[in-house]
Amino acid sequence: MTDEANTAPSRRALIGWGGAGLALGAAAAGGTVAALSGDADDTRTVSDSGAAVPFYGAHQAGIATAVQDRLHFAAFDVTTDDRAELIALLKEWTKAAARMTQGHAVGGGAVSDLAEAPPDDTGEALGLKASRLTLTIGFGPTLFKDRKGRDRFGIADRRPEALIDLPAFPGDNLDPARSDGDLCVQACADDPQVAVHAIRNLARIGMGKVAIRWSQLGFGKTSSTTPDAQTPRNMMGFKDGTRNIAGTDTAALDKHVWVSGKAGPAWLAGGSYLVARRIRMHIETWDRTSLKEQEDVFGRDKGEGAPQGRQREHDEPNLKAMLPTAHVRLAHPDSNGGARILRRGYSFTDGTDGLGRLDAGLFFLAYQHDVRDGFVPVQRRLARTDALNEYIQHVGSALFAVPPGVRDADDWWGRALFS
Amino acid sequence: MRAARTPVVAAISALTTITAVAGCAQKSDAKDSDAIQVTASDSACEVSKTSFPAGHVKFAVENKGSKVTEVYVYAPGDRIVTERENIGPGTSTSINAEIKAGSYEIACKPGMKGHGIRQKVSATGKGKPAQRDPKLDKAVAEYRTYVQKQADDTLPTVQKFADAVKKDDLEGAKKLYAPSRIGWERTEPVAESFGDIDPKVDVREDGLEKGQKWTGWHRLEKSLWQTKKITAADHDLADQLIKDLKDWQKRVGTADITPTGMANGAKELLDEVQTGKVTGEEERYSHTDLVDFKGNVEGAETSYKLLKPVASKNDPELAKELDKQFAAVGKLLDKYREGDGFVSYDTVSESERKKLSDAVNALAEPLSRLAAAVVTK
Repeated sequence: MTDEANTAPSRRALIGWGGAGLALGAAAAGGTVAALSGDADDTRTVSDSGAAVPFYGAHQAGIATAVQDRLHFAAFDVTTDDRAELIALLKEWTKAAARMTQGHAVGGGAVSDLAEAPPDDTGEALGLKASRLTLTIGFGPTLFKDRKGRDRFGIADRRPEALIDLPAFPGDNLDPARSDGDLCVQACADDPQVAVHAIRNLARIGMGKVAIRWSQLGFGKTSSTTPDAQTPRNMMGFKDGTRNIAGTDTAALDKHVWVSGKAGPAWLAGGSYLVARRIRMHIETWDRTSLKEQEDVFGRDKGEGAPQGRQREHDEPNLKAMLPTAHVRLAHPDSNGGARILRRGYSFTDGTDGLGRLDAGLFFLAYQHDVRDGFVPVQRRLARTDALNEYIQHVGSALFAVPPGVRDADDWWGRALFS
Repeated sequence: MRAARTPVVAAISALTTITAVAGCAQKSDAKDSDAIQVTASDSACEVSKTSFPAGHVKFAVENKGSKVTEVYVYAPGDRIVTERENIGPGTSTSINAEIKAGSYEIACKPGMKGHGIRQKVSATGKGKPAQRDPKLDKAVAEYRTYVQKQADDTLPTVQKFADAVKKDDLEGAKKLYAPSRIGWERTEPVAESFGDIDPKVDVREDGLEKGQKWTGWHRLEKSLWQTKKITAADHDLADQLIKDLKDWQKRVGTADITPTGMANGAKELLDEVQTGKVTGEEERYSHTDLVDFKGNVEGAETSYKLLKPVASKNDPELAKELDKQFAAVGKLLDKYREGDGFVSYDTVSESERKKLSDAVNALAEPLSRLAAAVVTK
């Protein structure tokens, strides 16, 4: 990355953030969260500076990384059947991702010398900060074996057991046009334009090899991986990420989020599994629900976010004080055999739905080391009895195996899978 | 074509601004001090010189008016040599063009509307653009022949269509409608470079400007498929279509054609597919969009094949990719063949349309690099 940084114009360099970027680059060597593990002041500095999150590391950035403000998530179908082409694309994507996350333009830049050709980079991030952009790739079940059962890329036997076809949950109303995908890329950044720019450029690079299947924009992170910070609120006005796994809690990450070399296939060691669910909220009916019912549905008070019967948000919840159907009670690890997942969902509002209802909700993103004892049992319990179900509906769903981090400039997304 | 006035401008820019760019890439012989000043306002269009040497010419445009303006350079017959739109109030821009000896008109169009405020100018002497690869000259010559042949072959097919309309033969006219458009669709960027013909023959209802009479293919399409009735007015429209297309046939050979214009024209054809055909907007009554789609692709492929000897030398990878993607689009289109033509586009599902769209993207993205492969080295 440093070589490229020296030869190409940099968004960061243009506005004088070179120093901050280099310091973070050095911190990167230790792992994903080293730069964020300091005290609260340090965290704020990183967040507000618009600086770059290290791209290289043992784990992909964008999982344990302190949650950024904005999201552009895209699921792709691979349109080529040629393994070499897919590999070439993954290499090209990795290179572009390494550049964009460090605040550089793709390829020859947005204003190359050659006037006859469209520029390599689309240019809408020119002059913007790196904005803590992270790009995280995932591989869907259909990459290993497509819907017709074909092993297009010779990797069917490498499909991890935990990369299951998610079971149907009661109440699901899944739209195939908002579900699944051979690949996904999660782009998170503090500036929405930076996130959109990244997905747009990857899609463009991929034309002829991949095609966007669906995508989702998100704002207003609904959970935090930095426990000292305020837990953000979802579109229902509640704090719903209080018990999330902290990005700095390496023991919890190792136990619940990262796939260990022993449990999964070797190519996925250091990786994770990502569940993405588009959860539509019936906003209008929720808004005319009494405060008491709203608080009973969640099992928290609305103002402070404290669990029912407690005073402060982070107080240990007394599950028995909540209704048996309360969301927090049902989702709590104690109700699920200790299962924990790392959530980094975002709110979404895609305008209105043609019936004048706000098309809004939660784009749920959760990372875990195995969905079979993470998302699946928790969601099964929730789908069956959660009082919240009256106000929400799951309308999109996808599962991806998220490979480990890219080690250095010679490494690429998926190398271990394809070698 | 696209709605409103954008199609003309968009397609033209492919041909003409690229003409200009090619001039820049070769050694520019127009220094800033030689530039012709064009001062546009809401009521005037002042030109610093009305006579200048032919060759590479630079126009330095300043909009001192209160409205957004655009500036055109017209050859006789309102043939657009170059143009620049969206010049905001108080802004300056420059336009480069290769201009042969002859008479021209410079038009400023405050509010980007109408005939514009015009100034007659003339280019003198023998100034010519720099020498280029004879292989490219050959490509241009062959493409010119192709364009002319498309126009020549189109007239009899349109005549048959017009005759059917005039005989009130509804079913016969419906069958002849889509085939009559193929030659036009294959050469659309060139056809559209005649800014006065395109709005007469290929405009859609939503593309009409206030006060503009709706004529041409799509007006008849609506009668045949929507109202399902041929009226006396349609007879006149059929005659008018023939008349306008004869004008096209006569003038098409004079179009400004350059290698980069051909390359970008090919990309423009795919853009037409992506924005008008894949969506089913172009042929909203007849649903014969796939016939147009195929015509656009064939036209693009012809440009590419003619430029390939040079392009494949400069960028062999690109040529390989284009061969592959043209074949892929062709194969995909073949799935929808029916008889001599294609299935009705309203029978093509959303997910199938997405596949067509993805295939067009896969072709158009590398095709956008063809112009560069033609000019470098």
